[in-house]
Amino acid sequence: MNFKKFAKGFKKVAVASSVLLLAGGLLAGCGQTGLSNGSGSSDKVEKKAPKDLKIGVSISTLSNPAFVNLKNVINDYAKGKGSKVIISDANNDTSKQNNDVEDLITQKVDALIINPCDSSAISTVVKKANEANIPVVCVDRSADSGEVVSTVASDNVAGGKMAAEWLVKELGANAKIAEIQGIPGASATRERGKGFDSIGDKKLNIVSKQAANFDRAKALTVTENILQAHSDIKGIFAQNDEEAVGAARAVRAAKKNVTIIGFDGALAALTAIEKGQIAATIGQQWNKIGEESVQMVYDHYQGKKVPKNDKVPVKIVTKANVAEFKKQVYNK
Amino acid sequence: MMDKPKAKFDVTKYMALIALIILAIVITALNPQFIAPNNLMNLFRQTSVNALIAFGMTFVILTSGIDLSVGSILALTGAITASMILGGMPAWLAGLIGIALGAVLGAINGLFITWGKVTPFIATLATMTIWRGATYVFTGGNPITGGKMNTSFFFQFIGQGYLFGIPFPIIITLIAFAICYVLLHKTAFGRKTFALGGNEKAAFVAGVKTKKVLITIYTISGLLAALAGFILTSRLGSAQPDAGTSYEMDAIASTVIGGASLMGGKGRMSGTLVGALLIASLSNGMNLLGVNSFYQQIVKGVVILIAVMIDSQTQKNRD
Repeated sequence: MNFKKFAKGFKKVAVASSVLLLAGGLLAGCGQTGLSNGSGSSDKVEKKAPKDLKIGVSISTLSNPAFVNLKNVINDYAKGKGSKVIISDANNDTSKQNNDVEDLITQKVDALIINPCDSSAISTVVKKANEANIPVVCVDRSADSGEVVSTVASDNVAGGKMAAEWLVKELGANAKIAEIQGIPGASATRERGKGFDSIGDKKLNIVSKQAANFDRAKALTVTENILQAHSDIKGIFAQNDEEAVGAARAVRAAKKNVTIIGFDGALAALTAIEKGQIAATIGQQWNKIGEESVQMVYDHYQGKKVPKNDKVPVKIVTKANVAEFKKQVYNK
Repeated sequence: MMDKPKAKFDVTKYMALIALIILAIVITALNPQFIAPNNLMNLFRQTSVNALIAFGMTFVILTSGIDLSVGSILALTGAITASMILGGMPAWLAGLIGIALGAVLGAINGLFITWGKVTPFIATLATMTIWRGATYVFTGGNPITGGKMNTSFFFQFIGQGYLFGIPFPIIITLIAFAICYVLLHKTAFGRKTFALGGNEKAAFVAGVKTKKVLITIYTISGLLAALAGFILTSRLGSAQPDAGTSYEMDAIASTVIGGASLMGGKGRMSGTLVGALLIASLSNGMNLLGVNSFYQQIVKGVVILIAVMIDSQTQKNRD
């Protein structure tokens, strides 16, 4: 074994990296020990016009069409007002999102619009942004701790209730239905489930609750299995539209007649409603959510009072109003 | 010939380091923020979790093995540590127990591979799935957070603290690096690791207790994954049930970029550190440059391929 060479190689690397480290440490110039790197903060907001703002945007995942749309709305609205926008995608990985946000803070953005992968895991970087005196707006999901200017989200609990009430109206009381849940523990799963169950547990006969992680392919298999076990179900509540579309495929393949309602108002689901493959969806007004989140930043920099919790109403979308909804949210 | 007082500088050994330096220069030229002290601190901190896992992976890959279960070990031990802290246990003790548990899980991998005679890929593929499932069962699918995790200074310091202005995870990583370096390159255990990768049968005949060495190596891998999990849990202030998913891939990539061969017998701890820095610099740099995230993945894959191809070409020329 060639240990001397290894040792030599190591020495070079070690020297190089320690020089870098030391240089970094010295330049940082604080040499502090503790939980913060000691950057000061002040509460005063310096007024800035939209065109002078650089906005950092961290999206939880761009493999979900709903969030791609959200990203586009934020981007178009902010750029339309003359702001600079930097966008990052966390691939649904909480730790990558923390890195992304740190990198945005490094770039000295004036404001952060974060669509958290997870409410609890995002808190540490929200606090970091607070230390750096960068205002944060959370979109779609909240942050458990740290100061945020505002949280802009759909009213998920109300949406869940709405879905249950609609199923009762369509299928009658005590109809046999299945609930396809989202990612276990995710706030959207909890809230939509809570709203739905508050009505459904009493007025519907929920024979099966299964998680499909907001994923179309997983919803397909889950629904196939549910249809095997309960061939007589009348309705399905899917906690997002990807799942609803997947469930619709399974239902069609089994040649059943099942009323499916999704959640999100994603384009794929709207198309499926037009074709009659799914019956309805709880439409989130992504255009409003995106625009309002950017507007919160602008209002903050104009010194205006900003609501801490901005609940954007949801609406039920069926064949009757799908064209109108599509026009309003997607301009199509 | 290697005893010559001034051996010629062998450029092929430093390909990964050279690539890292070139990458750093390019990114800095495009966005000088990259080299700003605060960003370097971010970068090194972002490296630490992957680097720790990759150090363990280096031992494993040297024996021509693989450990796919590291991400699941990270998640399971992180969740158990977090729940012990919530239950009122002092954070240092909970951390130690979590890390010890990681070592045990690693040793179980080693037992399956040696006594169970299951190939490392299959054994750790199975345990990866089992421990991920166990994490979901243990957490009920919910993140574990709040309570004492927000108030314990020690717990927060591990992942979020600074010592003399340097983020604490970096210091942990450097200490772990020093220990792993010495272990691999300066001890009899390290020589046995290389021997195992070169030729397991020959090593056995030469009197190396191959089973014992292998079990120890997977134990180290599990232990380091759990240490990384402790840091990550502290950084996020929360134990996520899906934490560490696909982290084994970044660790394997770091090790391979650093010059290790999946056939075993070839690799360096310093190379792995450079490989981990390279991968972190890529993501950090592309974030700073505002590269579309879809392209980021393509670039990452291409860089891994180029790094490994250059390495194998230069190796061939040297042999």
